[in-house]
Amino acid sequence: MPATRPLHLAAEIGGPPRYDAASHVALARLAEGGALDYVTLSDSFARPGPDALAVLARVAPATTRIGLVPTVTTTHTEPFHVSSAVATLDWVSKGRAGWLADVSTTEAEARLFGRRPAAPATALWQEAGEVADAGARLWDSWEDDAEIRDVASGRFIDRDRLHHIDFEGSTFSVRGPAIVPRPPQGRPVTVIDGTSGPSREPAARHADVVHVRATSPGQAASLRDDLRRGAAAHGRDPDSLRVLVALTVDLGDAETAPEPGLESGPQLAGRGTYFRGGPVDLAELITQWHRGGAVDGFHLTPITPERDLERIVNGTVALLQHRSLFRTFHPGGTLREHLGLSRPANRYTHARASEVTS
Amino acid sequence: MKQMHLAAHFPGVNSTTVWADPRSRSQIEFASFEHLARTAERGKFDFFFLAEGLRLREHNGRIHDLDVVGRPESLTVLNALAAVTERLGLAATVNATFNEPYELARRLATLDHLSAGRAAWNVVTSSDAFTGENFRRGGYLDRADRYTRAAEFVATARELWDTWTPDGTSRPFAHSGPHFDISGEFTVPRSPQGHPVVIQAGDSDEGREFAASTADVIFTRHGTLEAGRVFYADVKSRLEKYGRGRDDLKIMPGVTVVLGDTDAEAHRNAAEIRRKQVSPQNAILALEQVWGLDLSSYDPDGPLPDIDPDPGSNMVQGRARVADPQAVAARWRALSEAKGLSIRQTVIETTARQSFIGSPETVAGELAMFVAGDAADGFILVPHLTPGGLDDFVDRVVPLLQERGVFRSEYTGSTLRSHLGLADPVWKG
Ligand SMILES: Cc1cc2nc3c(=O)[nH]c(=O)nc-3n(C[C@H](O)[C@H](O)[C@H](O)COP(=O)(O)O)c2cc1C
Repeated sequence: MPATRPLHLAAEIGGPPRYDAASHVALARLAEGGALDYVTLSDSFARPGPDALAVLARVAPATTRIGLVPTVTTTHTEPFHVSSAVATLDWVSKGRAGWLADVSTTEAEARLFGRRPAAPATALWQEAGEVADAGARLWDSWEDDAEIRDVASGRFIDRDRLHHIDFEGSTFSVRGPAIVPRPPQGRPVTVIDGTSGPSREPAARHADVVHVRATSPGQAASLRDDLRRGAAAHGRDPDSLRVLVALTVDLGDAETAPEPGLESGPQLAGRGTYFRGGPVDLAELITQWHRGGAVDGFHLTPITPERDLERIVNGTVALLQHRSLFRTFHPGGTLREHLGLSRPANRYTHARASEVTS
Repeated sequence: MKQMHLAAHFPGVNSTTVWADPRSRSQIEFASFEHLARTAERGKFDFFFLAEGLRLREHNGRIHDLDVVGRPESLTVLNALAAVTERLGLAATVNATFNEPYELARRLATLDHLSAGRAAWNVVTSSDAFTGENFRRGGYLDRADRYTRAAEFVATARELWDTWTPDGTSRPFAHSGPHFDISGEFTVPRSPQGHPVVIQAGDSDEGREFAASTADVIFTRHGTLEAGRVFYADVKSRLEKYGRGRDDLKIMPGVTVVLGDTDAEAHRNAAEIRRKQVSPQNAILALEQVWGLDLSSYDPDGPLPDIDPDPGSNMVQGRARVADPQAVAARWRALSEAKGLSIRQTVIETTARQSFIGSPETVAGELAMFVAGDAADGFILVPHLTPGGLDDFVDRVVPLLQERGVFRSEYTGSTLRSHLGLADPVWKG
């Protein structure tokens, strides 16, 4: 694997729940200053916190380049509304939206909605995959040139370029088309945490970016290979997938040397791999893993965002930039451009074109 | 003096919105929303308003293609607008049939936090099997069930907004009713307004009763002086039995305004706008909506069809069909014969005249008279151009309203409740 593959970096800006706009804007701007690909904001009905997609919509006009990726659960929500909200986040951010698809497995979350009982993760992840699929079809349901504003014929749209999607999932169906025109990125970026068994299949099939947990470059490389093989098996180009290692970082005691043993590798804990040390050590770890070709990048979750994100940007990222391993500014405007992912062709345009030629 | 309330309605997806005008800009790019919201805030408006439709309109089994179409998801745009405005209220239309209280109450409370107390929810109940095809629930509710669900929905949302104590402790909730049986903990502390403002749009007896019992603002179509007075008296008289005062519910009709340097010029402008709203294709479509038949072979500049409407037609989907097509057709024929009008001219003639037409002085005077005469507490202004359609109103009419002392010159409070003069809801512990 060549070491020249571009490095991608993302950071979580959630922490203890905050409900004001200013603190979120400050963190997103900090990450933007470090030219990170995107920030994530986690969300769950099971613990205190605001609606993450709303927060990042509030952040959008206060930032210009950084990608915005809220967690959105697919379990008790309406697939049609989810797709509209993510498309709208893409419109208000001018092409910087993604969403981190998640499921709600607990009985407690099911009781908040009272519509259906809790279900096993396997079933919910199958549904999440279907929601991602239906969402992508809705984003395609308006072709890019559907709006014609043709005064002569009195037509605002060419209705042959709008499509019912007629999606039939195992737990829901959607007729379409979307009420929101195709968003700037064509399809906003779909991110899935592909570490857990049941999420790996929908990740390989539907995600543009997958977060994985790994404790060694070797393990990360093998997870990445698996995901790429899975993507290929679903008829996707494996190069259209980015795999980022999820790392929880504690840079709290930046001035002291890392604890013995940490140089040999981070430890597994909770939802990510836990790293404790200084910004320079983190830069070393990122450099080594990335140079080996094990990963496309890292998704960093600072344990104390206000403190650690500043150290990540001004310490770790600055060093990576100094070594020419990471961009110093965003050359592109959209999240897909940051990730090196092309704007997806529209499946309906394609289908119509082949009808014409056949 | 009785104060007026004003709101800006983003142009809708119907023929009121003229897209063929060279000044017309994108209906979907954020810049358009930002322009209108900033204009409204410059004019010290109470709030900015977004409508909603959850299924694209269809005509004769095909997507309707003559009008502006394609809108963003309301709450997401309003959160973004909170970043570029400071005082303006932010109102989202959100359907009570195709949403669930826990999630929507959470999204509204989040908007209220992020905007520092400017959130409003326009509760609509429109639902049909056609729209239901986009949702898990599918199907639809009949009129009676729509409003019982909406009432229980709003009551449940308010229970959720009350679950956190004012000093920031979360307490579990449990709600059990015919429509919702839910329990757990709400994830968002009490928001700056306590409860976001609730708007109701719906004109039936059930709708008025629901508004009288529950809403802070009613959005109505009764925009003429006489109809407005009757509606106003009717709705305000319903408040007492719910223990509410006359000022607890604001009545705001949706209205259109056309200005000119003189009244005569304004009337010419108004006629020109109506002509633009009824393109030749839109004239045939308006005819088909009455007749319920395919009339595409008719010439818009020719005479009306001599065949009769099909009363059982379901040609139009996603909007209500006219109530009595035979009677409307008879009226249109009579008008066309009496004045010698073509199809298009007849439709233009029967298209509702704009609500307020005149010089800035005339319009300011009439608006003030409506409010002083208890035909309204204020207005939701529906411009015909995106996004500059209220520029002139704000620059030319608002200063006159301010001079007359009927509209604020500065915001005095920071929340939408304070703009509307609504009391803060009492926390029900
Ligand atoms: C002024 C006004 C605006 C409305 N705006 C919307 C809207 O944006 N979206 C929607 O789904 N329904 C809208 N409605 C429809 C109402 O929610 C309701 O379904 C409809 O008026 C029928 O109820 P009714 O029989 O009580 O009038 C609106 C109604 C009125 C009167």
